[in-house]
Amino acid sequence: MTDEEGGDGLGAFAALFELAPPEAPATSDEPGRRGLFRRLKENLTRPRQAISPQLAGIYASKLVSEDTWEDLEEALITADCGMPATMDLVDALRAEAAAGRITSGSGLARALTDEIAGRLASAPPRIALGNDPTVILVVGVNGAGKTTTIGKMAHRLSSLGQKVIIGAGDTFRAAAVEQLAVWADRAGADIVRQSPGADPGAVAFDSVAAGRARSADVVIIDTAGRLQTQHNLMEELRKVYGVTGKAMEGAPHHVLLVIDSTTGQNGVSQARLFSEAVPVNGLVLTKLDGVARGGIVVAIHRELGIPVTLVGVGEAVEDLQPFDARAFAEAIFSVDTDAGQ
Amino acid sequence: MFDALTDKLQGVFSGLKGRGKLTDADLDKAMRAIRLSLLEADVSLPVVKQLTTAIKERATGDEVMSSITPDQQVVKIVSEELTRLMGGANVSLAMSQNPPTVILMAGLQGSGKTTCTAKLARHLLNEGRAPMMSACDVHRPAAMEQLAVLGEQIGVPVHLEKGATDPVKIATAGIAQAKRSGRDVVIVDTAGRLTIDADMMAELVAIRDAVKPTSVVLVVDAMTGQTAVEVATAFQDAVQFDGVVLSKLDGDARGGAALSVRSVTGKPILFVGTGEKVDALEPFHPDRMASRILGMGDVLSLIEKAQQTVSVDDAKRMEDRLRGGNLTLDDFLEQLQQVRKMGPLGQVMGMIPGFSQAAKMKDVEVDERRIDRVEAIISSMTMPERSRPDIINGSRRRRIAEGSGTTVQEVNQLLAQFKQMQKLMKRMGKGGGGMPSMLGA
Repeated sequence: MTDEEGGDGLGAFAALFELAPPEAPATSDEPGRRGLFRRLKENLTRPRQAISPQLAGIYASKLVSEDTWEDLEEALITADCGMPATMDLVDALRAEAAAGRITSGSGLARALTDEIAGRLASAPPRIALGNDPTVILVVGVNGAGKTTTIGKMAHRLSSLGQKVIIGAGDTFRAAAVEQLAVWADRAGADIVRQSPGADPGAVAFDSVAAGRARSADVVIIDTAGRLQTQHNLMEELRKVYGVTGKAMEGAPHHVLLVIDSTTGQNGVSQARLFSEAVPVNGLVLTKLDGVARGGIVVAIHRELGIPVTLVGVGEAVEDLQPFDARAFAEAIFSVDTDAGQ
Repeated sequence: MFDALTDKLQGVFSGLKGRGKLTDADLDKAMRAIRLSLLEADVSLPVVKQLTTAIKERATGDEVMSSITPDQQVVKIVSEELTRLMGGANVSLAMSQNPPTVILMAGLQGSGKTTCTAKLARHLLNEGRAPMMSACDVHRPAAMEQLAVLGEQIGVPVHLEKGATDPVKIATAGIAQAKRSGRDVVIVDTAGRLTIDADMMAELVAIRDAVKPTSVVLVVDAMTGQTAVEVATAFQDAVQFDGVVLSKLDGDARGGAALSVRSVTGKPILFVGTGEKVDALEPFHPDRMASRILGMGDVLSLIEKAQQTVSVDDAKRMEDRLRGGNLTLDDFLEQLQQVRKMGPLGQVMGMIPGFSQAAKMKDVEVDERRIDRVEAIISSMTMPERSRPDIINGSRRRRIAEGSGTTVQEVNQLLAQFKQMQKLMKRMGKGGGGMPSMLGA
């Protein structure tokens, strides 16, 4: 592909964080941002029959009939978009069709992609740095992929010449600190840690203090996984947020909520309750592996308007990428925009 | 955990109530609502279709259509179908005749395998077995250390080989180690994987072939959405698991994945994970879950919990005092603490029939912090104050408020509530009061 960005998508990553692009463009045989989603799309397309007979039905239909609408509704539901968002989308597209702007199944698929991409991209997310240091707090339920996300983010920011400090704020889960330490080592980032069971607020405070003392560019603070209904743990999170602000005015500058792509409608509750505790301003959608379609972000966006900032589509460091609404919408519903090839 | 589904179904049926005979249109309306509820509860679409078809087929029968109480008939049918789909009676984990029993854990990344491994080991330990855990996740950084720490916490040995990279070798060596040291169950923790990752699936199959497990247990996150079917099918095709642990069911996830997984694979759900602590693992009861779904509460689980946490002597002593009508603040505190031992209050209250929908939980505000404050207030009182709250005057109130870090208003509130309860107890005389009346405090 000629339109692919060079490198392993580091350029796109730099853009997300408003950093200068990497100096030496890496070799172009590595997957770029579009290429990354292309890979995801391939994963999706391979077992398309098994994943979504509804989509196949939509593509196959020459006309848009009631069956097509039903297929569309089911495709959205099976992608975990949730009932309210599904009904919204279907209604919007029905209006388009009534106006004569959609006449075939494949036209409908394209319109769907436009609609979703338009909605999700309405608030283009950026993670502005430059606060000396910029503090990023990472939150989420157990097993969502917080620690891995932080490790990869630190790695990428380090490769962009940023001095990164990681705060090991998950003092609850056994060996969480060790897991993060391995990532910090790989990333060449400093880690601020205390003993297991230590007060996570104290770790956050120390991390920010260390960031200031050592003139770091970015401080990323990990937190223990917690279910959003655990009142006392959510209170603890509120406290961590408050303490971070005491360590540095305006911190944390960004609060990222990590959501597992396989999450169903509970994701809305996660986003809502985490937002009530701390001001979440970006989502990280992890484990978008091709089976999980991550439509929950469409539901969350509808309810709360929180933009997606990053997606994780695989195990490698370069698999953590800035969110691209269009590529996501194309991949999630396997719309092949290069069908002419 | 299924509260919203409960509400939705009750909405449908209260709409049907008092209308007498069902029409086809009524039934369609009920079916649509059931379908919607199930989808919102994350039950996978194919399973929803199958379920609604079965429900409709039975509901169209004469039995329902001509019934004077069609709503109850439909509730009964839905309840039966849910229970049937989730697998009838509670199934337990198979143990080998020739120890050691080998249990292989499998699941997606972040589903909670390592935590469940430890919870399962702890459960087996409580059952009088001698479990061992084997750390075969060579991929996630510090996964082995995590299991080692958990093993230490629960007093179960862990077989691990630092720096080793071949999980098959570790697993095999672990079994040999168990035989040598006389452990009768080995639980093998494995790396999490993405279902489409063929290499990782192959690794899991290789471990299975090497250790020939008595059971393969799939850990499924209760928050899983529509993907549950694909995930379960992928693992079923690769390793033919024998049972499921549904993790993270203590949140507000509706847990439709339970229906999906069971329905497409036919494999039973053995346990549910219900909390952060290592002992938060409970047997799965499909019948109870179904009655929960239908808003009938889960009294059986509540009683079981109470029996586990409150000794008979304590209960007897408390009952005597309640019957005497001399409830003191100390008794009140004690009872509060006993209830708390049973688990997070929200969880306990959710089991009480009628509570899940009647109180709407949020209004009741099952606020653990408030209970903390009540405890703090009572703890800041002197012994005479606790047994004779009448002597608590203004200056005492101020002292108590200060000592407990609360306000005089909060102290007043507690005293007023307590007074009311004392009155109630006296009036009930012989009746006793029991836990539910206390819970509202």
